[in-house]
Amino acid sequence: MADTGPQTASSRLLKILCVLIALWLVLPLFIIVPISFSGEDSFSFPPRTWTLARYASLADPAWTSAVLNSLAVAALVAVLSAVLGTLAAFAIARSRSGVMALVRALILSPQVVPIVVFGLGLYLVFLRWNMVGTLWGFVIAHTVLAVPFVVIPVSAALQTFDRSLERASASLGAGPMATFRQVTLPIIRPAVLSGAFLAFLSSFDEVVLALFLKSPSYYTLPVQLYRRMTDTIDPTVAAVATLELCLVIAGVVIALILQSRRPSPDQS
Amino acid sequence: MTQDLSRTAAGVQFVGVSKTYPTGLTAIAQLDLDIRPGEFLTLLGPSGSGKTTALNLLAGFQSPTTGQILVDGKDIGALPPYKRDIGVVFQHYALFPHMTVRENTGYPLKQRRMPKDEIARRVDDVLRMVALEAYGDRLPRQLSGGQQQRVAVARAIVFRPRLLLMDEPLGALDRKLRESVQLELKRIHRDLGVTIVFVTHDQEEALVMSDRIAIFDQGRIRQIGTASALYDAPVSQFVAQFLGESNCLVGKVDHLPRLSRVTTAAGVFHGVTSDATPQHGTAAVVTRPERCRLFTAQSEVPEGWNQVPARIRDVVYLGALRKVVADLRDGGTFTVIFQPDQILPAAPDVLVAFPPDAARVVLADGPKNH
Repeated sequence: MADTGPQTASSRLLKILCVLIALWLVLPLFIIVPISFSGEDSFSFPPRTWTLARYASLADPAWTSAVLNSLAVAALVAVLSAVLGTLAAFAIARSRSGVMALVRALILSPQVVPIVVFGLGLYLVFLRWNMVGTLWGFVIAHTVLAVPFVVIPVSAALQTFDRSLERASASLGAGPMATFRQVTLPIIRPAVLSGAFLAFLSSFDEVVLALFLKSPSYYTLPVQLYRRMTDTIDPTVAAVATLELCLVIAGVVIALILQSRRPSPDQS
Repeated sequence: MTQDLSRTAAGVQFVGVSKTYPTGLTAIAQLDLDIRPGEFLTLLGPSGSGKTTALNLLAGFQSPTTGQILVDGKDIGALPPYKRDIGVVFQHYALFPHMTVRENTGYPLKQRRMPKDEIARRVDDVLRMVALEAYGDRLPRQLSGGQQQRVAVARAIVFRPRLLLMDEPLGALDRKLRESVQLELKRIHRDLGVTIVFVTHDQEEALVMSDRIAIFDQGRIRQIGTASALYDAPVSQFVAQFLGESNCLVGKVDHLPRLSRVTTAAGVFHGVTSDATPQHGTAAVVTRPERCRLFTAQSEVPEGWNQVPARIRDVVYLGALRKVVADLRDGGTFTVIFQPDQILPAAPDVLVAFPPDAARVVLADGPKNH
């Protein structure tokens, strides 16, 4: 670095500050990791004895069924939000009707309304419809929350989408469905997929609605985590958290690798 | 191979077509236009003159408010664009960014459910025709502007449409490249025998390429004809000024036996009377710069020529020619083209003169166009 003195000093200070902030944000997460190996029946830190028993107890059906339920709900939410969110984004981006501003506000409203209020309303309705403690009850509730995660990126992608591509496709003999399948969807696909991914995550760690909708026989992973931290003090929670942490890091690393492999524009 | 692509060409009629937007804006007013099979027709006009709207109506991207559009005598109003079998080359090419050159070019054949080997053969043929056979596996963003333009043309002709529409397809190319592509398109037109409707605002492009030119202004065709007919016999000051350079003098018209006379602040001028000459009121005398001459003294001007005093402001060298720009006393300007063998007057104060048969008396522009 050929920078002059004061600039070097200030940029060094900036780097140190960034590292400190990053540590402050990340360290609490990593405290979970040693606790998950702790021999104590509490969340004390640092642990005095070590064990793998927490991981062994994850084989308990109470945990496995919670994980499977969460995965099933989140996967269905991701697919449903991708489809519904894309359709809604098309309506919002393409319609010239003034009603669409209202529709957009309505679609985004569950994210603005206090979630406890929304959860209570949903609970009362689903009780009547016998949907409390069911897979589809969870899926519908979470989809309502997750659709905006798809609507926002997809409508942004449609804003910048070159409509002359659709005209070109039509002039070349493709009907509206063929054009959507072969031209529009492939181009907006990254937006749809990233939206679906966020929808999956939002469902996977959603706890407020899940607490309303759980039943003794059907609950999701966040519900189980919450219970095991409030009803009993169970360090197994730390083991689950550690595993989730590993999954997230793996996901981010894979995403970064995929991004760096994208063909560069001047490659021939 | 190229013969293989040819097919009979389509004729098109616009019958009383108009397009009015809900905002009240009239893009096209009562358009009647007869496009002959196999011709290269250019729609030329300033932006907002309705030429692109006419193209969009023909392609089916917009529908007319009134009137009918016939292709080979059949009304195509009810057909969506994907059933019209009309090739379109877009201004910015509209190549599909996620498809290779081959996939882009094969796209219209795939929509027609053609067998894969037949698609491959036709794509090869057409890519050879536009000299892109080595670039089939590239994505559009890996091509230069000129190459993208050729892919756009290849994609629009590969399904052998009988009518090809082009919306300012050369606008994004640099000047040198544009000239070679113009010749390329002329060759394709000749080889395919297809009808081409070409939209541009570039008058030089129109002159080089077209069999006929339709000049659009404010949603109407002001004049249609061959390039030389429009250049030699414009029907209005607008056409004269839009197509090629021209000198115009506006004044009050009255008629003599063979010529018309226009009285302006700068003097009295005579020009040829035609169908386009107004019966009375205001008219313009228009003449082309290459038909004008400069003189230093009254005595040199040939008998019967129109003349007007002017002061030379600029001499522009154009290589083979020189262009003189001279100011008239009342504020107008006159342009005169000099052949290399003509000698430029030394003094700045000159007489610009032109024979009456090199001038036409036509409809003057309204005040708002001036």
